Amino acid sequence: MHIDRYEQIWIRISVAVLVIFMIGIVVAGWSLSIQVPGVYGRVDPNTVTEPGSPWAEPGLRELAPGKYEAYILAQIWTFVPGEIRVPAGSEVTFYVTSKDVQHGFRIQDTNLSFMVLPGQISKMTHRFEEPGEYVFVCHEYCGVGHHTMAGKLIVEEAVASNQ
Amino acid sequence: MSVQSIPQPAAGADAHSSEARFSLENKLTGWHIGVAMAALSIGVTLGIMQGFEHLGIDLYKYTAPAFKTYYQGLTIHGVLNALVWTTFFIVGFFTTAITRSLDRPLKYPWINVLGFVLMFVGLLMATYPLLANLATVLYTFYPPMQAHWTFYLGLTLVVVGSWVAGYGFYFTLHAWRKENPGKRTPFIALASTITMVMWQIATLGVAVEILTMLLPWSLGLIKGTDPLLARTYFWYTGHPLVYFWLLPAYVAWYGMVPKQAGGKMFSDSLARLVFWLFLLLSTPVGFHHQYTDPGIPQGWKFIHALLTYGVAFPSLLTAFTVAASLEIGGRARGGKGWFGWIRKLPWDNPSYTAQNLAMILFAFGGISGITNASYNVNLAVHNTVWIPGHFHLTVGSATTLTFFGIAYWLVPKLTGKQLYKPKLALAQAWTWFFGMIFFGNGFHLLGLHYGVPRRTMLGAAVYRDPAWTPFLIEVFVGVLLLTTSAILFYWVIIGTLAHKKRLEKPVEMPIAEAADPTPVPAWLDTWKPWLYGAIALIIIAYGPMLYTLISEMQLTSPGFRVW
Repeated sequence: MHIDRYEQIWIRISVAVLVIFMIGIVVAGWSLSIQVPGVYGRVDPNTVTEPGSPWAEPGLRELAPGKYEAYILAQIWTFVPGEIRVPAGSEVTFYVTSKDVQHGFRIQDTNLSFMVLPGQISKMTHRFEEPGEYVFVCHEYCGVGHHTMAGKLIVEEAVASNQ
Repeated sequence: MSVQSIPQPAAGADAHSSEARFSLENKLTGWHIGVAMAALSIGVTLGIMQGFEHLGIDLYKYTAPAFKTYYQGLTIHGVLNALVWTTFFIVGFFTTAITRSLDRPLKYPWINVLGFVLMFVGLLMATYPLLANLATVLYTFYPPMQAHWTFYLGLTLVVVGSWVAGYGFYFTLHAWRKENPGKRTPFIALASTITMVMWQIATLGVAVEILTMLLPWSLGLIKGTDPLLARTYFWYTGHPLVYFWLLPAYVAWYGMVPKQAGGKMFSDSLARLVFWLFLLLSTPVGFHHQYTDPGIPQGWKFIHALLTYGVAFPSLLTAFTVAASLEIGGRARGGKGWFGWIRKLPWDNPSYTAQNLAMILFAFGGISGITNASYNVNLAVHNTVWIPGHFHLTVGSATTLTFFGIAYWLVPKLTGKQLYKPKLALAQAWTWFFGMIFFGNGFHLLGLHYGVPRRTMLGAAVYRDPAWTPFLIEVFVGVLLLTTSAILFYWVIIGTLAHKKRLEKPVEMPIAEAADPTPVPAWLDTWKPWLYGAIALIIIAYGPMLYTLISEMQLTSPGFRVW
């Protein structure tokens, strides 16, 4: 099969570009740890709010100074809790699931974005350095109230928290 | 050169008798693209309403009996534009493309008639719950949102009808090969049939999803469903679906547009290789739509990321080969210099112009597509309006604008009438082009910089930010241009159907010759290795994970009606 010389050059460039992109995502994913979600376990969406489930009383739990877990329950059309406060510099691990339909979870101005499915636990960690208000929104269509499903995470100045 | 002079003069009597041989194929094509265009007219109208909504102007209260909410409208917009317009147009276009390329009528025309009937019945069945607001689940219909069962069954019939049409094409190609031993299959017929086979393999996912999970669940036969498994089945089909939209445009770009530009196919062999690579790589890439899903290991997502880069390769080849084919045309028409040949291309021909502009928009759509495919980079744009920004440049432009261009020779061919007001058709192509540039740019920027969620009633969103407004206005300018363009399109098509001026000679389908007359190697005209390779890759890339998901299936989610 005859391939024109310029086309051969183009093929080499195309392959090189794709290889460079591949290296890029490997470096970002495995040495800078910018990772997509994986497997973190399952729950029964019908019993997820019953006693014994970590989403029976969703909310923020302090594990150590500056280290938190946030259990968030997504449901039509709210997040519970709808407001979270952490001091600046905190590392927060989010555990989110849905008790009804599919939802999404995205904290604006961060890389934190994932799907929230009934029956599955989504988990992601983020360190909040900059004080301010971070809006989080549902980014998967979940019914006629979808555009009202949002909350906020408030990162407070960390001055008083050490005393 | 005007559009009427494109057809190559064939000996008059022969041409007329050849039209008579294909009268059923012409009718079948006409039915399919007629339904496609009718569906698109409704889909586009809803798109305009969405543009108004994003600016905070809610028109749904005025259309309430038919379209009650933004989300019902958005569902219909997606189903009609992305599924109905595309599938019906593609099957109709291929009915002409394959039979004319082989110069052979359909082997068993009843199969293709049956295919059309199934697709049409399915469409009617799905229309009922859509209009009655019983299936406001968007065109991805993720469970446990539960639509009326007629929605699932209707969609299944549309897909099954398209399979049946595919069988009609396979029998026809098979018959041609028996009648022409030793001859290479003509490019257009081969590429179109590969597309239909790819579609057949790809739609198994959604067929299994609907028949084993959603349909029995919506009928109350089973109590619950497993949302992650359903998503996985869906995206097994959902990504090759985009190639099902794109490849018919590639058939035209490789096999027809060079002829319209006065050029030749730069490389027949590479064009075929591109289609075989799509057969091989289109399906085992679906997890790149599920990067942010829980319950799927990162390793599998990464493997699908690499395979997705693999399927980008044939599109990169296409960019070179198609541009080179057009350059042959531009130079044959007297173009000189590095870029001078571009000006000599037949920009006064609306069919050509629409398709060339579609190619340009696809370059941008392809770039944002690579962004989406890039594993962790996807976190920045997942489910933001960047995504509809992207696919309005692909299915909304590369595919749709190419189909408009095809319609500008196909409708005159089918009706034997001159294209009505080619200048309006030319304006149609350019307004769509600029409309999509504004629309696509605005949505890409809103998604990237502000994380604005897609499929959301932005005009009423509680977190609406005034910083979005300039971009939403840009999007709205795009919508207005697209509206103008759609009106021009229907004006030209209805004008062509309505006016009385008949063409003296029937329009011939443009078929580009290969620039290199040596026959393509036999391995590019052989089905088995490619087909087996495709199946093997699917088993490797999907088998283990599907086995895990199925063996750990938990049918715990009851259905919800949340609209």
